[in-house]
Amino acid sequence: MKLLDVANLDAGYGATTVLRGIGFEVDEGGVTTLLGANGAGKTTTLRAICGLCRRTGEIRLRGERVDTLSTERIARRGVAHVPDGRGTFMELTVEENMRLGAYTRTDQQVRPDFERMFGYFPKLRQRFRQQAGTLSGGEQQMLAIARALLLSPKLLLLDEPSFGLAPMIVREIFEIMRRVNAEEGTGILVVEQNANLALSFADQAYLLETGRIVMAGPAADIGRDPAVRRAYLGY
Amino acid sequence: MGQATLPAVAAPRAAARGFALLPALVILVAAAALTFVCSNYWLFQLTLVVAFAIAVLGLNIVTGYSGQISLGHGAFYAIGAYVTAILMSNPLTLPWLDPIEVPYWATLPVSAVVCGCLGFLLGFPALRLGGLYLALTTFALAVATPQLLKSDLLGDWTGGVQGLTILKPDPPGGLPLSADQWLYLFTLAVAAVLFVAARNLLRGRIGRALVAVRDHPLAAEAMGVDIALMKTGAFAVSAIYTGVAGSLGAIAIQFVAPDSFPVLLSIELFVGLVVGGVATVEGAIFGGVFVVLIPQIAEKISKAAPGAIYGGILIAVMYLMPFGIAGALRRLRRRA
Amino acid sequence: MDALLHQLLSGIASGGIYAAVALALVMIYQATHHVNFAQGEMATLSTYLALTLIQVGAPYWVAFVVTVVLSFGIGVVIERVLLRPMHGAPVLASVGIFIGLLLIFNALTGAIWGYLTQQFPSPFGDAHILGGYVSPHELGATAITLVVLLLVWAFFRFTKLGLAMRAAAYNPVSSRLVGIDVGWMLALGWGLAAAIGAIAGMMIAPVVFLDPNMMGGILLYAFAGALLGGITSPLGAVIGGFLVGIIENIGGAYIVGTELKLTLALIIIVAILIIRPSGLLGRTIVSRV
Repeated sequence: MKLLDVANLDAGYGATTVLRGIGFEVDEGGVTTLLGANGAGKTTTLRAICGLCRRTGEIRLRGERVDTLSTERIARRGVAHVPDGRGTFMELTVEENMRLGAYTRTDQQVRPDFERMFGYFPKLRQRFRQQAGTLSGGEQQMLAIARALLLSPKLLLLDEPSFGLAPMIVREIFEIMRRVNAEEGTGILVVEQNANLALSFADQAYLLETGRIVMAGPAADIGRDPAVRRAYLGY
Repeated sequence: MGQATLPAVAAPRAAARGFALLPALVILVAAAALTFVCSNYWLFQLTLVVAFAIAVLGLNIVTGYSGQISLGHGAFYAIGAYVTAILMSNPLTLPWLDPIEVPYWATLPVSAVVCGCLGFLLGFPALRLGGLYLALTTFALAVATPQLLKSDLLGDWTGGVQGLTILKPDPPGGLPLSADQWLYLFTLAVAAVLFVAARNLLRGRIGRALVAVRDHPLAAEAMGVDIALMKTGAFAVSAIYTGVAGSLGAIAIQFVAPDSFPVLLSIELFVGLVVGGVATVEGAIFGGVFVVLIPQIAEKISKAAPGAIYGGILIAVMYLMPFGIAGALRRLRRRA
Repeated sequence: MDALLHQLLSGIASGGIYAAVALALVMIYQATHHVNFAQGEMATLSTYLALTLIQVGAPYWVAFVVTVVLSFGIGVVIERVLLRPMHGAPVLASVGIFIGLLLIFNALTGAIWGYLTQQFPSPFGDAHILGGYVSPHELGATAITLVVLLLVWAFFRFTKLGLAMRAAAYNPVSSRLVGIDVGWMLALGWGLAAAIGAIAGMMIAPVVFLDPNMMGGILLYAFAGALLGGITSPLGAVIGGFLVGIIENIGGAYIVGTELKLTLALIIIVAILIIRPSGLLGRTIVSRV
């Protein structure tokens, strides 16, 4: 049984349909990447999984259908989404943002988890009581990821984590994601424009073009495909 | 429960072209034709509807298009009304001439100038206050208006609590019309001019600049729009419109008193705005109709609690047409 | 000097009333980012409910508690039934709905209970204290307002639910992503605000006497107090309310006379807002461009 199994997904906004019958999977503890250019429908895919836009199709989380559930119910099933634009609670402090990440948890591990987050992102300890809106782009991205991880997710959805960030910070973030995946066994679905980066990180890759999946397979294979190399990898 | 969606993408933007002139002309002619069909009583009601429509249009310019919430436009309406009443009650005495009676139509430009200046002045502190704070400030203005009018400060001019009466103007040069008919046509003519002027102003650069200032002030500023000028200008123009409307209303009712301009007036103008359609010129007409006629209907339905009926109808309209009647019509047209 | 003290204390007493209503306004604003113009009328209705309960024989504090709970329920129902469908609608349309509610509540209250002014009992008795400047009721009402304030502040600052409510108002989408049911947060906010409004109404009615239009002027002062203190701060709302009470009384006594009291108070408040737009204690939200 897959961690995430999507089939026949149509999704869109209002009268516009963006995704047409797409399907893909994420293995337990695996990393899948969804590649594509601007407007291909990558963000819409993540939103569809979380119920943030109109969708029809079959979305299964560990075998259970979630495509009719509301966003908050899906989050409670262990799906953490780091949206494009980070979704930070700007007016609240870093501490409050983190507390919100752990909102659904009733276990005793929350405080130790805060420490774990500080281990990954020391800056957050520094800025703990600051208003989140004053953080830099990179720091907000770290905060967004910490917030998502604090949910103790089975599945982590990342929407263009490299967007607008300096290469060094991007490398840091992906390193941390690798650790989380290895140490916690958290499955990751990462949507990226930066194909090089994503392909070196993921196990499985899917290529999205104007709302349809045009290629699927192990990340290494996709990375070697000449058409992909020309169109997306620049060589 | 199902889907939580992201905020609706399709909020109808102010139609760049404004209302079409030919259908508008047809409607205007039809409205004018009513002069010969309706009783004097109904012509009086219609005159008020038209005056209110102008007032709501004024409010729309400052709140709908430039996004500055005013809950105090009743004050400008009152000022316009009083300017007219005072001028018509006090013949102009210039040292070298016999006292001249100021004719009703001459009071309109004076109203416009007075209200325009006051609106412009109000625009400056308004720049500092945003959203809610501006709403409060203008609401305070609305509350203060009847008090100020009653007070001794202005009593000599305003006639205090008893108010001032105005004589209904006669139709010019022996036209075969009753005074009510003439007044209705006159008000309609003024409205036509004002509406077309507003449409032309708002469909062009200025209209777009106002909407830009309303929705994305930072981007607008970065593109060189002078925000301060736009906003205070919007206040001035809107004050002119609502002030002239007040003058017309006063002439129709033939009476002004401080209690004619309670807080409820400002609230009703606001209701007219949202029911008619925010950021639409034609919406003001629906707004005027709603505000003048619905309370009367509500009274007929329930003697005991007309306010409840009025409130209920208002809520129903907001549900069915959150963008106002004009907004709903535009959407229908877009689908057709 | 004596007279000044009297005016001051009087101002603090009426300020306590404005503070209570201002608190309800801030509550709803914190939870929904809307200002509920119908707040005053809802409070009036609650007060009439309490009166009816007392008139059929319930002891004061029983009526008090039942009214607060009922009002909470009414607030929740209004949000779930009336406002839920408007979640995606433009702000001005929502304001239109609040105004509609205001008119409905006002008319219903008048239709059911009539427009004659009635007396409403105070639980604090008639004893002559503090040299007669302040009645036991004014003191008691102020104390209750402060207790409610403390509870509200603690709720928002320390509890998970309070944080969730604030988050839901600032960023509904992100709130959903962390598992918060935003719809119910809004409903809760309305319920709490209605409950606070009911308390305010029951504290005010003994002083100004109960009639359907009781809250009209008070709502305006409360609104001013809330903005003066900063619409994002419960403590600010209370301080603002007290300040407005003092300004109103002293201004009325010494500067303009009762006629223009309202105007003067509002002018002063507006002046303060121009100098400090987010109010005395409001948090200026910093946003990176």
